[in-house]
Amino acid sequence: MKKQGARAFQITSGDNVATALTVIPEGTFLLFGGGQEELREAAEEIPRGHKVAVRPVGKGEPVIKYGVSIGEATADIRPGQWVHLHCMKSCYDERSSGLDIHTGIPADIPYGLPEDN
Amino acid sequence: MDLQEWKEMSWLGYRRGNGSPGIRNKVLVVYTVECASHVAREIAGQAGHPDVEVIGFGGCTDNAYAIHMLLSLVTHPNVGAVLAVGLGCEYTRAERLAEAAQERGREAAYLMIQENGGTLESIRRGVETVHRMLEKLKDTPRTPMGFRDLVVGAECGGSDFTSGLAGNVVVGKFYDMLEELGGTPVFEEIVEAVGLKALLLERAADEKAGRELAWTYDKALDYCRSVRQYSVSPGNFAGGLTTIEEKSMGAFAKSGTKPIKGVLKAAMVPPAKGLWLLDSTPDPHFMQFGITNPNDNEGLMALISCGCHLTILVTGRGNVTGSAVAPVVKVTGNHETFTKLEGDMDFDAGLVLEGEATLEETATRLGKYIGSVCGGRRTKGEVLGHKEFCIPYKYQEKEAAIRPCEG
Repeated sequence: MKKQGARAFQITSGDNVATALTVIPEGTFLLFGGGQEELREAAEEIPRGHKVAVRPVGKGEPVIKYGVSIGEATADIRPGQWVHLHCMKSCYDERSSGLDIHTGIPADIPYGLPEDN
Repeated sequence: MDLQEWKEMSWLGYRRGNGSPGIRNKVLVVYTVECASHVAREIAGQAGHPDVEVIGFGGCTDNAYAIHMLLSLVTHPNVGAVLAVGLGCEYTRAERLAEAAQERGREAAYLMIQENGGTLESIRRGVETVHRMLEKLKDTPRTPMGFRDLVVGAECGGSDFTSGLAGNVVVGKFYDMLEELGGTPVFEEIVEAVGLKALLLERAADEKAGRELAWTYDKALDYCRSVRQYSVSPGNFAGGLTTIEEKSMGAFAKSGTKPIKGVLKAAMVPPAKGLWLLDSTPDPHFMQFGITNPNDNEGLMALISCGCHLTILVTGRGNVTGSAVAPVVKVTGNHETFTKLEGDMDFDAGLVLEGEATLEETATRLGKYIGSVCGGRRTKGEVLGHKEFCIPYKYQEKEAAIRPCEG
């Protein structure tokens, strides 16, 4: 059945994050996946397509999605928080941690033009 | 899902001697250097027929990779006739391409611009030749085909969060069904398997496949490390993907769940039916890797060079591209993207996330749509005239190399 309202999808039951299928404003949202569904609280606004923590994740612990590690937490994360570049990083790609967290645009390459003579 | 219904699905293909039958019957005009590209494009354009299209290689100096690509494309199952157009002084030889096509039973001819009076006269003669070829292709014998005869390629482009939740997952389900019916699904993008080595190796069909997968994975990771660039873009991050590992899991979903038979290189026809990984990344060389996949078209072309009758492009953010030689079925897992780009998108897998359809239903619907494309229904890209292609300079070894010292 077509689902309405703010919601997030959890791929496997072992995941500690879920994906927001809509913008989730601070407050209640529907968490579903694998035939289960329940209401949860978002601690802040979660943009559509982004991840929301569904369990506590300690600094240095793996962030789990699809049942596998997709990187590690760089800060303690509480359930309901937005999980992105500001609180986790890749275990391979060191460059991505320096990107703008909203636009993903790299800040490490200068775009300055040469001085005019 | 009803495999029986699928098993019985059949359509009429084009017979190609002993080779794999095709689902299209095209005339390919091939240029062998950039200097000949205008003449080739004019010939194809003035021929005025949707089954006539252009591919080519721009470099004057030839390159083993590019030659293998051209050879595989002029003998592709969907190609019935070939006109090779050369300037005359380049390394890549038009006459050799025509010979190869002829050897595989295709109508073939070549034309050198320097010996045919330059631009205008070459175009006139080329158009005449193509018209003659089109007439002959009307008599190509037809033969029944089913999913067991089909080679399908899949890649993603413009991924977003829906790709790993819907688009690629639906394609993975379709791939499982195709494999069970004895067909040949091919997936690529080893640079989007970063962090997944253990999962990849678990899926190896046998020990040799395991060694090929391990070698190919390690090479891709070396490449990414040495250039400090992973296959993840600002658009991916803005869309909610945070790491290459996360994007990789989404991309890997399109391979489904079946054992992986081994690793193909570009222009290599799968040696057996079943699921294969195509490695289209460059191998280490004295030029140190060169560039990797420059764009989505190049990836599609590499899949097609392995004999894929058609390809599936999974795109969350939306991509309008098509390809020369083989139809591209554009699938999106993002319902909003489908609505925005409805003139370009072939298939909406996003209904899964809207809760309006199950994965199984959606994969079955995709299979039916693909069956109809095989039977001649034109994809949206074909209707719009999308026939992009890209063949770059690249260095690749002919097989997923296991160096002697590595065993």
